[in-house]
Amino acid sequence: MRHGRLKRALLALTTGLTAAAFSTATLAASDGIDLKPKDHIKVGFVYVSPIGDAGWSYQHDQGRKAMEERLGDKVTTQFVENVPEGADAERVIRQLASGGADLIFTTSFGYMNPTIKVAKRFPNTVFEHATGYKRAKNVGTYMPRLYEGRYLAGMIAGEMTETNKLGFVAAFPIPEVVRAINAFTRGARSVNPDATVNVIWINAWYDPAKARQAAETLMDQGADVVTHHTDSHAVVQAAAERDKYAIAYHSDMSKYGGDSQLTAVVHQWGDFYTKRAREVLNGTWTSRDVWGGIASGMVDLAELSSDVPDDVRQEVMKAREAIVNGELQPFGGPVVAKDGSVKAKEGETLSDEALLKMDYYVEGVASKLPKK
Amino acid sequence: MMSLKFEKRPEPSRAMLYAAPLIAGALTLAFGLVIFAALGKAPLNAFYVFFIQPVNSLYGLGELTIKAAPLILIAAGLTVGFRAGVWNIGAEGQLVLGGICGGTVALVFHGVDAWWVLPLMLLAGTLGGMAWAAIPALLRTRFNTSEILVSLMLVYVAELLLVYLVNGPLQNPEGFGFPESRLFSESATWSPLIEGIRMNPSFLIALGALVGLYFLLSRLYLGFQIRTAGLAPDAAHYAGINASRMTWLSLLIGGGAAGLAGVNEVAGPIGQLLPDISPEYGFAAIIVAYLGRLHPVGILFAGLLMALIYLGGESAQIALQVPDSVTGVFQGMLLFFILAVDFFVNFRLRMARRSQEGTN
Repeated sequence: MRHGRLKRALLALTTGLTAAAFSTATLAASDGIDLKPKDHIKVGFVYVSPIGDAGWSYQHDQGRKAMEERLGDKVTTQFVENVPEGADAERVIRQLASGGADLIFTTSFGYMNPTIKVAKRFPNTVFEHATGYKRAKNVGTYMPRLYEGRYLAGMIAGEMTETNKLGFVAAFPIPEVVRAINAFTRGARSVNPDATVNVIWINAWYDPAKARQAAETLMDQGADVVTHHTDSHAVVQAAAERDKYAIAYHSDMSKYGGDSQLTAVVHQWGDFYTKRAREVLNGTWTSRDVWGGIASGMVDLAELSSDVPDDVRQEVMKAREAIVNGELQPFGGPVVAKDGSVKAKEGETLSDEALLKMDYYVEGVASKLPKK
Repeated sequence: MMSLKFEKRPEPSRAMLYAAPLIAGALTLAFGLVIFAALGKAPLNAFYVFFIQPVNSLYGLGELTIKAAPLILIAAGLTVGFRAGVWNIGAEGQLVLGGICGGTVALVFHGVDAWWVLPLMLLAGTLGGMAWAAIPALLRTRFNTSEILVSLMLVYVAELLLVYLVNGPLQNPEGFGFPESRLFSESATWSPLIEGIRMNPSFLIALGALVGLYFLLSRLYLGFQIRTAGLAPDAAHYAGINASRMTWLSLLIGGGAAGLAGVNEVAGPIGQLLPDISPEYGFAAIIVAYLGRLHPVGILFAGLLMALIYLGGESAQIALQVPDSVTGVFQGMLLFFILAVDFFVNFRLRMARRSQEGTN
């Protein structure tokens, strides 16, 4: 597993933020987390949606199971699904901590402040928060370099489209999702400069009815390949029903889309969870910010549909290889925003910090970003 | 030939009317134990995990009040309307508006360490909820529009408004573009009543609302008017009770209570504005109001029970590894049994000999 680099500037910034959230008393009391090697640990997971049989939470649960399998009787795991990101999260996280969990993965952005709050009360428990930016002595963060997979998926979409119109159903206009849209668009235009991407925001991670409606609208507008950054298989299903193509997200959803699903951009958490749990077992865990892409196994493409021709297949696999060995950067310059401003010049690459707060569309996204 | 037949009871037993929720609760419990047994969990242990463990510590009791406070406060406000025959289904939207207005005050005075920030937030939130409820009131009294539809539709408008605000004007400038506001200053948040427990004065506010409801309904002439308008609209009209005044009053009280509950959430356990500030308290409160027989004492117990079911669901997931849907199953059973028991309180089952003509 490759670890993402710690961005010093970012670290300085977030230390400032977390310091504000931490009382001076606990800071003084927990100068460095004091972990001792253990024979057995309890690991808790908090999921934002029902586990179901596909989606964000499902993938995390697959990761939990993979970890359980590899570490055997060294770990016991517990999980709570469908925990809202408001007032309830703090109680659930705290309940896991006071129940003796040694390591707790909180797997949604909205758990950031509750995780920090509970971590303050349980200085000897280790917390790992997905996709956030606040860390503490006993709180680490992790984030998938999803955009690598999105770029490859965009290449496939760009090759397969006949109308040159691609559709994207998105949840919330946060940097993570904007990054995904931009990488998808850049991937598509790397092979098909005429391709454009239309985006519909549904303001929900999990709302199958709205996601389906959005997908149908995009297809009505001419899109013949649709993808999504939401949590159900509605978009894939809608595309299959109309005999259009879809690119799934989170999980392989081919059982809903058949060959209509060109591929899926998937998360795989098993390696990361096993590694972090092992570090807690050994007493060597330290708070870090881990970004994992295709090379680390945290992100990948599901098997390609048999509709994808061989030359496209080879082209994509070559690009995948190039991403793994660092030759291809999905956000390597020139990166030009929709308004024409240059975000990275030829030869430059957007930094992780720039990626973390990306709030603009790149050239080729036809929609406007809903903002201010 | 014999047949079964339901017959309306001439005078439903008053005692049974009040016992009905208890019977429904007992039936839910009994069937819940059967379900746990069917899932292969020891029923008694499951019962302990679901109903006792969440509240066997001071922290747990505090959580119960955190969860019950908004349910009780909103249910108390809605009850006025339900008694008067005014169907405000949109408390969720009024709650969101309350959160928005209170939260905006908190953000405008961010960093101001003064005692008046929180009271001002509570006032703003209450007025915000009232304003949102005033829309269906105005449309109802001026154009005879259904308050059910208008108040419900406004829920979606309110939720989208909040999403817009936390992505736009109220977004945390240091938050990397994530959709949330700054964390409120200390002067803009409820401090816990006991250090380390999340219970805060919002529960006392909810209890106060119940006392207020009791006096309004049973001690004041206004309460008499409300009840008459609900029970016999024609008689009320004949007696000179102003129907549009009742509509306005009901919606403003319901909206104000929901708005206040909204501020209490953002100033309490949440501490900032998020795209989603309520796990549908506004809708669950309707169930609480009816489960509590539209009576202050009933609402108190119904609110606590609903809250306990939420906590029990979480605790059962952790300890028993049962799915989250168990919470929904319990809530569903509770409603089903209360409706069923109510039916039998009002009707009785009779064996009847079918007449020769077979008119039955």
